[in-house]
Amino acid sequence: MSSLEARQKAAVEEVLKAYPEKAAKNRAKHLGVGSPDDESQKTCGNVRSNKKTVAGVMSQRGCAYAGSKGVVWGPVKDMVHISHGPIGCGQYSRAGRRNYYIGTTGVDSFVTMNFSSDFQEKDIVFGGDKKLTKCLEEIDVLFPLNNGITVQSECPIGLIGDDINAASKMYAQKTGHTIVPVNCEGFRGVSQSLGHHIANDTVRDYIFDASPATLGEPIAVTDYDVAIIGDYNIGGDAWSSRILLEEMGLRVVAQWSGDATIKEMVQTTKVKLNLLHCYRSMNYISRHMEKEYGIPWIEYNFFGPSQTIKSLRKIAAFFDVSIQEKCEAVIAKYQPLVDAITNKYRPLLEGKTVMLFVGGLRPRHVIGAYEDLGMEVIGTGYEFAHDDDYKRTKDEIFRSTVIYDDVNEYELEAFVKALQPDLVASGIKEKYVFQKMGLPYRQMHSWDYSGPYHGYDGFAIFASDMDLAINSPVWGHSKAPWDKEGEA
Amino acid sequence: MQELENIVNGQRLFQRPEYLEVLENKKQFEGGMGAINPAKVEEIAEWTKSWDYREKNLAREAITVNPAKACQPLGAVMVALGFENTMPYVHGSHGCVAYFRSYFTKHFKEPTPCVSDSMTEDAAVFGGLANMKDGLKNCAALYKPEMIAVSTTCMAEVIGDDLYAFALAAKEEDGGEFLPADFPITYAHTPSFTGSHITGYDNMMHGIMSQLTEGNKKEETNGKINIIPGFETYIGSIRSVKAIVEAFGASYTMLGDHSDQWDMPAGDYSMFAGGTPIADAKDCINAKATISLQKYATVKTMKMVKKWKHAGGVSNPIGLKGTDEFVMKLSELTGVEVPQKLKVERGRLVDAMQDSYPYMHAKKFAIWGDPDFLVGVVSFLLEMGAYPTHVLCHNAPKGWEDEMRAMLDTSPAAANCHVWAGKDLWHMRSLLFTEPVDFMIGNSYGKELMRDTKIPLIYIGFPIFDRHHLHRYSISGYDGALNLLTWITNKVLDQLDEETKNIASTDYFFDLVR
Repeated sequence: MSSLEARQKAAVEEVLKAYPEKAAKNRAKHLGVGSPDDESQKTCGNVRSNKKTVAGVMSQRGCAYAGSKGVVWGPVKDMVHISHGPIGCGQYSRAGRRNYYIGTTGVDSFVTMNFSSDFQEKDIVFGGDKKLTKCLEEIDVLFPLNNGITVQSECPIGLIGDDINAASKMYAQKTGHTIVPVNCEGFRGVSQSLGHHIANDTVRDYIFDASPATLGEPIAVTDYDVAIIGDYNIGGDAWSSRILLEEMGLRVVAQWSGDATIKEMVQTTKVKLNLLHCYRSMNYISRHMEKEYGIPWIEYNFFGPSQTIKSLRKIAAFFDVSIQEKCEAVIAKYQPLVDAITNKYRPLLEGKTVMLFVGGLRPRHVIGAYEDLGMEVIGTGYEFAHDDDYKRTKDEIFRSTVIYDDVNEYELEAFVKALQPDLVASGIKEKYVFQKMGLPYRQMHSWDYSGPYHGYDGFAIFASDMDLAINSPVWGHSKAPWDKEGEA
Repeated sequence: MQELENIVNGQRLFQRPEYLEVLENKKQFEGGMGAINPAKVEEIAEWTKSWDYREKNLAREAITVNPAKACQPLGAVMVALGFENTMPYVHGSHGCVAYFRSYFTKHFKEPTPCVSDSMTEDAAVFGGLANMKDGLKNCAALYKPEMIAVSTTCMAEVIGDDLYAFALAAKEEDGGEFLPADFPITYAHTPSFTGSHITGYDNMMHGIMSQLTEGNKKEETNGKINIIPGFETYIGSIRSVKAIVEAFGASYTMLGDHSDQWDMPAGDYSMFAGGTPIADAKDCINAKATISLQKYATVKTMKMVKKWKHAGGVSNPIGLKGTDEFVMKLSELTGVEVPQKLKVERGRLVDAMQDSYPYMHAKKFAIWGDPDFLVGVVSFLLEMGAYPTHVLCHNAPKGWEDEMRAMLDTSPAAANCHVWAGKDLWHMRSLLFTEPVDFMIGNSYGKELMRDTKIPLIYIGFPIFDRHHLHRYSISGYDGALNLLTWITNKVLDQLDEETKNIASTDYFFDLVR
């Protein structure tokens, strides 16, 4: 058999043959084979990214609205988020991301609910600003404990010339409430990525610059205050991260934005260090805080023990020796658990190959967790990454890895067929395609309704989930006893 | 900390003392009222259950909270996937398509193919013609469909793109390489700001039927009966209906048959499965009759069929009465007496209804869903002597409210049975607190209502994301009615056990035999 790298390169060449010329030329720039040793590669696999999706293919990408409402703003629990426009967007994105929170839904928390201005034809024709104002009024009557409202624009808003900024401002001035208009129409940009950026900018403008009044006592600042940035608490990820930071003596005053409240976000401008997990979706606000408030930020990775340990030490290095000592104590405390998990699961998973396709940070951040279990990641790619993500990916891969940016259904299927991984890990839209082929599969956006996967406790769940997926007896049933050898 | 022999996921992990402490500590930084003043949360929570709140809630004019409807292109995608080797193609932004695909996939646990032409800012300014030219070509080249069915997102509708002209232009530019002149590109405008997903179903079905049959009308009929299932989310229902039609030995075309597409066997994957053959669809204009199983999801389509002078009409085969009407209609159209097989099936259903009726009789139900679904299931509830106390249809079209009212008026409890057209599930929450029911029937969105009101939810409807395989069953025909009966009766019995299982206090009614 030819080398992995050769097979990967052949697979890329093969897949491009199916396209018409113009599309093939475009896609060729987004596909490549990354190598951990090849210093000549500018980005991992030399792929291009953050460009328009080729029309007419089954891309997995979402839109700016999804990036703002679905990712950044939606999890902020004490605010109401209006899907402003027609009914569909809010309905399709309702409560799908598993952003866990503690609160009384419908009373002081609103994350899993769906607020929509349900645009009708007359709103398109005559404009919807008056309706928006009425929406804001009605929300304040029926949900009096909301601490603010965001207005998440759907496609038509920017096209019909509505001025949600003016309508929001007027209402905010009249009532003194925090109203955040977000111009995140779905057609803006090439993916959900621009929505993250737009949402970050509105945090800057309407939370930091406006410094809204918040409930309760002010929080006294300490030398050990940090914020978790870019953790959406999917399946409780931020909680299983938080516990480690607290154990090492740090004080987590804010989570962005899983299980977040507006007060935590306001407080973040006073922390000593920002800890950035999802670089892609929240580097903007981290850079802003660095520039405006002098707060340094570092990236970290809490997937799998190798990266977790590295990250804990990197974080501790910013603080005094007392923190560094506690950090070592934390690492020592959990090491027996790590050894036990590895001893149990590694023999069950050793050498199994994995192909990933996710968004945000996971296409590179989870590689280490798989490798800790002896699994080999042989392909990865991002839905909406930029060059800086693919540059960072170079440092995370362990071997020759096929890299696919904005992969579509046709390509992913072709790569999987060519490279025959033992596990595919991606999203809900692709899940059943690969399961039908008899391939073990894990959703890596929602943790397939499991998780958390962050931190040591999360790694235990991750390991047992991968064992569950790969070693379940169900995959052996696809072939019927009467099927001849070689048939499915 | 996790224990190796007992690794638990978040459900149990966060109940451990060290995490309870983490969550408790976090509250000092939070600004939600639950962290600041829990008593206030309690107070407002109680207020939301009151008549005062209900009145304010029902007076809402602008904001929709927890809707029970979706937008047009979703229905158009369903139609497309009911035709053989047909790719649904949505002209507009690709975020929408990601949503349609994940929404259906979460319900069916099946892949949902659909492409978009990824319009962005430049298309908003210049129109989406360039996207359509590239998109149709790429789609045809990669996925090799036999037909492409184009619908629109609200972006394309607002800027006013012309699908007919764009499809022609795309073919012209392609010069027949991937899109030959006779390659069917059917289309429908499906603005999200009008109607709901069932409107989109209607528009796309109308588009495909009218465009594929253009110039195909013949003097003689082909003797077939067209059946249009409507926005049918129960795969088994389509199969039940086919079995009934086949029992009559009738020659028929199921127009938009997605039952194989969303129910593929394991072992291999092909993008498309089953569906109405395009040749049959092209000839549907020459059928002798067309029956739509969902009146409100096929208003425009059936208007066209009326012009085609087909016999048939509308027949909703959910429940006993509905199935009887459907069977008699087929008998009339085919001139064949009701087959013995169906007589036996009916007899068995009625037998089962007579076995179980005490448990549904006079039980109060709240139910929501699409208009035709509600007509069918409410009819069945009435047939069982149950009281449909709150019947809520968020996407109620014209005429639905009157039809439902007339149905409820046949109940001895008519005065306490309410129709709620155009209301959402936050309205429903108020209704349930102020005028409670025994059971709810609805989709997964009822889950939060179940949590808040403690009223048991019977999962029947769409979408169902958090219960498995229900969509594989039928709710149509005599066998489908038997499923409804089984699910509802057994939930009533489960609830009875739930209420009587307390040892030495309520378990005297915890009966072994019922």
